[in-house]
Amino acid sequence: MGQIQLKQVTKSFGDVQVIPPLDLTIEDGEFTVFVGPSGCGKSTLLRLIAGLEDITTGHIEIDGKDATDLVPAKRGLAMVFQSYALYPHMSVRKNIAFPLRMAKMDPAEIDRRVNAAAEVLNLADYIDRRPGQLSGGQRQRVAIGRAIVREPSAFLFDEPLSNLDAALRVGMRMEISELHKKLATTMIYVTHDQVEAMTMADKIVVLQAGVIEQVGSPLELYRAPRNTFVAGFIGSPKMNLITGDEAAKHNATTIGIRPEHIDVVESGGAWTGTVGVAEHLGSDTFFHIHNTGLAEMLTVRAIGDVSLRHGDTIHLNPRTEEMHRFDADGLRIA
Amino acid sequence: MATKASRSAARLMMAPAVILLLGWMLVPLIMTLWFSFRVYLPLRGGDQGWAGFDNYIRFVTSSAFWPSVQTTLIIVLGVLAITVIFGILLALLLDQPMWGQGVVRILVIAPFFVMPTVSALVWKNMFMDPVNGLFAHLWRFFGAEPVSWLSDASLPAIVMIVSWQWLPFATLILLTAVQSLDSEQLEAAEMDGAPIVKRFWFIVLPHLSRAITIVILIQTIFLLAIFAEIFVTTGGAFGTRTLSYLIFQRVLESQNVGLGSAGGVYAIILANIVAIFLMRIVGKNLD
Ligand SMILES: Nc1ncnc2c1ncn2[C@@H]1O[C@H](COP(=O)(O)OP(=O)(O)O)[C@@H](O)[C@H]1O
Ligand SMILES: [Mg+2]
Repeated sequence: MGQIQLKQVTKSFGDVQVIPPLDLTIEDGEFTVFVGPSGCGKSTLLRLIAGLEDITTGHIEIDGKDATDLVPAKRGLAMVFQSYALYPHMSVRKNIAFPLRMAKMDPAEIDRRVNAAAEVLNLADYIDRRPGQLSGGQRQRVAIGRAIVREPSAFLFDEPLSNLDAALRVGMRMEISELHKKLATTMIYVTHDQVEAMTMADKIVVLQAGVIEQVGSPLELYRAPRNTFVAGFIGSPKMNLITGDEAAKHNATTIGIRPEHIDVVESGGAWTGTVGVAEHLGSDTFFHIHNTGLAEMLTVRAIGDVSLRHGDTIHLNPRTEEMHRFDADGLRIA
Repeated sequence: MATKASRSAARLMMAPAVILLLGWMLVPLIMTLWFSFRVYLPLRGGDQGWAGFDNYIRFVTSSAFWPSVQTTLIIVLGVLAITVIFGILLALLLDQPMWGQGVVRILVIAPFFVMPTVSALVWKNMFMDPVNGLFAHLWRFFGAEPVSWLSDASLPAIVMIVSWQWLPFATLILLTAVQSLDSEQLEAAEMDGAPIVKRFWFIVLPHLSRAITIVILIQTIFLLAIFAEIFVTTGGAFGTRTLSYLIFQRVLESQNVGLGSAGGVYAIILANIVAIFLMRIVGKNLD
């Protein structure tokens, strides 16, 4: 069990309201990702759920029971911190056993659970070492191990991969996803990286300045962003948001078209411009295009290695059926 | 200091300081060693030739020797216990956000800037005087008989005075250590179900262990040599004669430089044993 419900939750630090009234339900077993730019209140929200910060007004319910005033240890949640927060003077084994020892569990049962966690996370090789002697990825595993032995009703992750290098990050991303499949426990995962959000989430919560901009599955967010913020935040490279006359042609204040939804054509096409920077990745090529007569610079993604270079003229054709239209408030026009 | 040239340049530049320090230490050390083997009574005939190990034997066989070692240990251990325990408590307290934090911190550090002689005199006359001292007034206010601290409870009194002087030092070092503790570790422990006392025991205290060893090491070295506090309060009477005070008495009151020097050599040996012992512990803690 691990359903978490936030009802009209707000949080202020002094006079500054970081989280305006917010409602959110996280279903049991769901992998929910909070994503948004730095400083938007993702960590604060997670810490409110964990009980590490007191909420200013509102209620938090866990499995239908009011948990607003429960201390963190009583909420049945486990957290993996950005800094891992391992206890440096304890061995890996002791680190993982710590929450069980605090729960005064029977030593035999502690051993059994620690060994099981070590097996799941492949950390048997360094179980007697101290955190200081481990690499970043290994520390990450230990931190996760310390969370899973408690068999919590939900896991909370605060940017757990941001201290790892790119290759390790991809690997750990998959491991965490697999862990979720295996345990089928609720997980709330905070990140500022929309790629992590898209690849891991069942449900993404996009936050900006403490406000939920949109909640939905990765593909819902990709296909139908509710406003220009979500449109620009989800997807890589970013969606082209075009204002001015071109948007007016489509009866909108802003139109959005993803780089992958603009075709490069030999001649003709709706837009013509000059290639600025061309990023050749082999599988794809990203063009940044100037002088199209549009107010904004365009980004275009072409499949394969297209042999246009800096300064070449390029002809483009947007797929109008993939176009998103937004009104003066930045909201999506259906 | 990567290259040969820069290394020799560095050696050259450091040489004056090293030579000065060596001279500073070696001259008194060698003179002490020299005098400890001489019969040297400045007011009774001056230097009267070799004494062999007589001074050494006389110093340890004197009835004052073992009590003075015991007194030294009691004072050192007492002050260490008080400063470490209260230092930790004060450091934890000062780490809390509170109004007027800056001023409070300066006030806490203040006793460290008072000269030992002055603070001992203040304690002796202002607090511990059995007639006019503040403690005496306090005792009388509650209807109790005032304690004549420096004669009846002389050792605790001196431990108290010295602790008051060294508490700021311990607090300061421990405060910086407390502040360097990653708050996420405490939060992790909180989520792991550790109540506040266990968080202190399992997280804060191990984190402080290095700072505590450093406090103990540095304080021990200075506490072995406390002198002014005893000189101005009891003058070594009422069982407050420490090893260093005994040496002082041998040299200046009995005018026996040879005997005092032998005591000095014992003190050096004792200090070194303690230092080696402590360095081992620190070395283990500084992994
Ligand atoms: N303890 C605090 N005191 C005051 N302001 C805070 C505190 N914690 C966070 N904030 C503010 O709340 C906002 C959200 O912070 P945070 O939740 O850490 O953002 P994120 O994790 O999304 O980067 C930031 O503007 C930050 O400055
Ligand atoms: Mg954060």
